[in-house]
Amino acid sequence: MTRKMRGGAILALSATIALLAAGCAGSGSDNPGGGGSPTAAANADAKTITWWHNSNTGEGKDYYDKVAKDFEAQTGVHVEVSAMQHEDMLTKLSAALQSGDPDQIPDVFMSRGGGELKNEVDSGVTRDLTDVAADTISKISAFTGQYTIDGKVYALPFSMGLVGFWYNKDLFAQAGITDVNPAPTIDEFNGYIDKLKAAGITPASVGAGDKWPAAHYWYYNVVRECPFDTVEKAIADKDYSDPCFVKAGDHLEDLVAKQPFNDGFLSTKAQEGPTSASGLLATGKVGMELAGHWEPGVTGGLTADGKVPSFLGWFAYPTFPGQGGDPKDQMGGGDAWEVSTSAPDAAVDFAKYLLSDEVQKGFAELDMGLPTNPAATDSISNETLKQLIPVRDAGGNTQLYLDTRLGSAIGNPLNDAIQQVFAGNPGPQEIVDALQNAADSE
Amino acid sequence: MTDDVTTAAVAASPATSSGPAGPATRASARGAGPALGGRRRSGAAAWRKRAEITFFVAPALVLFFMFVVWPIVTAVQISMFKWKGIGPLVDFVGLQNYVSVLKNTLFTDALTHNLIIVVVSIAVQLPLGLGIALLLNRKMWGQGLLRTLIFVPYVLSEVVAGVVWRQLLVPDYGGIDAIARALHIPTPQQGFLGTPDIALWTVLFVLTWKYLGLAVILFLAGLQGVPEDLYEAAQLDGASWWQVQRKITVPLLGPTLRTWAFLSMIGSLQVFDMVWILTGGGPVGRTSTMATFLIYQGTKSQAFGIASAASVILFVIALVLAVLYQQLILRRDTHPDQPRRKAKR
Repeated sequence: MTRKMRGGAILALSATIALLAAGCAGSGSDNPGGGGSPTAAANADAKTITWWHNSNTGEGKDYYDKVAKDFEAQTGVHVEVSAMQHEDMLTKLSAALQSGDPDQIPDVFMSRGGGELKNEVDSGVTRDLTDVAADTISKISAFTGQYTIDGKVYALPFSMGLVGFWYNKDLFAQAGITDVNPAPTIDEFNGYIDKLKAAGITPASVGAGDKWPAAHYWYYNVVRECPFDTVEKAIADKDYSDPCFVKAGDHLEDLVAKQPFNDGFLSTKAQEGPTSASGLLATGKVGMELAGHWEPGVTGGLTADGKVPSFLGWFAYPTFPGQGGDPKDQMGGGDAWEVSTSAPDAAVDFAKYLLSDEVQKGFAELDMGLPTNPAATDSISNETLKQLIPVRDAGGNTQLYLDTRLGSAIGNPLNDAIQQVFAGNPGPQEIVDALQNAADSE
Repeated sequence: MTDDVTTAAVAASPATSSGPAGPATRASARGAGPALGGRRRSGAAAWRKRAEITFFVAPALVLFFMFVVWPIVTAVQISMFKWKGIGPLVDFVGLQNYVSVLKNTLFTDALTHNLIIVVVSIAVQLPLGLGIALLLNRKMWGQGLLRTLIFVPYVLSEVVAGVVWRQLLVPDYGGIDAIARALHIPTPQQGFLGTPDIALWTVLFVLTWKYLGLAVILFLAGLQGVPEDLYEAAQLDGASWWQVQRKITVPLLGPTLRTWAFLSMIGSLQVFDMVWILTGGGPVGRTSTMATFLIYQGTKSQAFGIASAASVILFVIALVLAVLYQQLILRRDTHPDQPRRKAKR
């Protein structure tokens, strides 16, 4: 009996020790302090760099695999590619950055700029590229503004697009709207809504359930009503008292009062399935939708034949009479490559290579985005997407989506307040108050 | 978080209860032997007993600390900092996060929604579930099929059920609106999930649909425990069906009802999946719960300090309610010989 018990005891003891060891190992790597020594990883293996991107299907994935191979052939540096679904990539990236462990943080990864990038700069995980990538930066300088913090460039934008109205040419024709102005005034735009309604067509879809698609209307009104510098100054000073911000809300209230949106827009998703805002546009249920340069890709995934609908047209966000902002200014955003502080120099070379004429041309030919390298802008094959380039490059400023720009701690309360206006609650002043309060408590 | 507590408590309890029992019996058996140097011997035995207890409890304790205590401590620690999820914890703010959570109307609204869900779940599912269980307990045609049908929603994954209901409730294009159109019943323009005043009730309807099966199955199981001879005796005394249910079935079902209500209460406080999928807490926050609030703050707003503070508050509320319920209501089931019960008799 005793013997048997002792045997069991030894087993239990070893199990305890094993568990304890496992526990310690687990807590060790989870250390949020993120001490680690970056140099150790940097010197570890400069012959291999890691690259995370989100082109995880079809031609885009194949193209990026080829790009990595080409770079390897030219330099002898092996690129370990991780192609992930966008949301997965964001989750994994934030976990890796939280760990502070240089072994886990990829050497080259995607950035969306704004508050997210600022967080990363503040915590010292991302590399200052101003000097090391000066040539590339001068080539794409029109777009680096959103990735510049305190005069230093922290990411190289490879795709920069615009938000505007994607519309159904067939339904517009059916409603008797024959000449669609590529840059309409608000009166012309309201005319489109009236004509579509008269023809029994739901004028527009909006995924207000996801908040950001609805918020884009207010952001764009800000771009129209507030001079670019006013917005920049407001963000820098954390002071949103300029009346143009309230005016943006007034325009939004006017639009909501016209009831141009699909039934149930308050719970409609942005891009999920055929009953989402993009789905309704893709399946010909609504006349138009306010969305970014990604829309052809999204609608293409929501049609029965998997092709981008042929009826898709594009026009810019309407302008208001006597507006404060430059009519050439637009709202948009893009994707950029960041290099981690723990990465070897080869990673910088790779990021520069991704912005080269050669790589950007291939990127444009496959319609993977709107290239930032001017040498590649003529290579875009999709005709509708091509329409965005002259508007984007007309010389105005491109304001980043404000929720991304301000970071989610301010952006989310702002979007919540904007959604209230969509729900029919009074709010031009409340939107500004929510923005101001969130900025104050930052 | 509370889920962890219950699982850990379940995991820990067999070890703690069986641990001391074994060695104790052995020790007393040994004590009955010849008393040679009794004092020292018994001292050594007690030490050994303690060592043995420690030893056998250790694995469970390690797991408990790793998966319950450590996460709670970490959450409390993070709740004292302003932390965006990257970099070290440096910006210590003390209890400020708790103040801003409790002052935030989004959180107090979410708390109110949770309390509504707790009360409505019990108030609706208890009579409904009991009624169905009593009906299904009678011998009748298709009994097995009916029981299965009632239980199926509970078996479905919450995510699957949520997605299906979401699709059904899509305005204009969903199944519910199609049926309403056929019957010429008007439906809200913003849909059942998009109209601020209706959304929470729609969510409650889906939750009831989902969890009624559990109540019915538990009550049916409880009914099997009511002795048949009591019914026979009642029949002999000429009691009506209604009297039998009221005087025999329901009182004897008490422990089952109380346990079910406890599970329902804790579940309602933590409700997350279904709400997240159906509405994401919207429209305009009218269906948010404490869990959706803290997930939104943590994963979407990168306000990990605020999210941790909210999670600690949710934990405390659930813990306090659980302990109170245990002490005031469940005690009569777990400790039937306690004075309280005796005094009542």
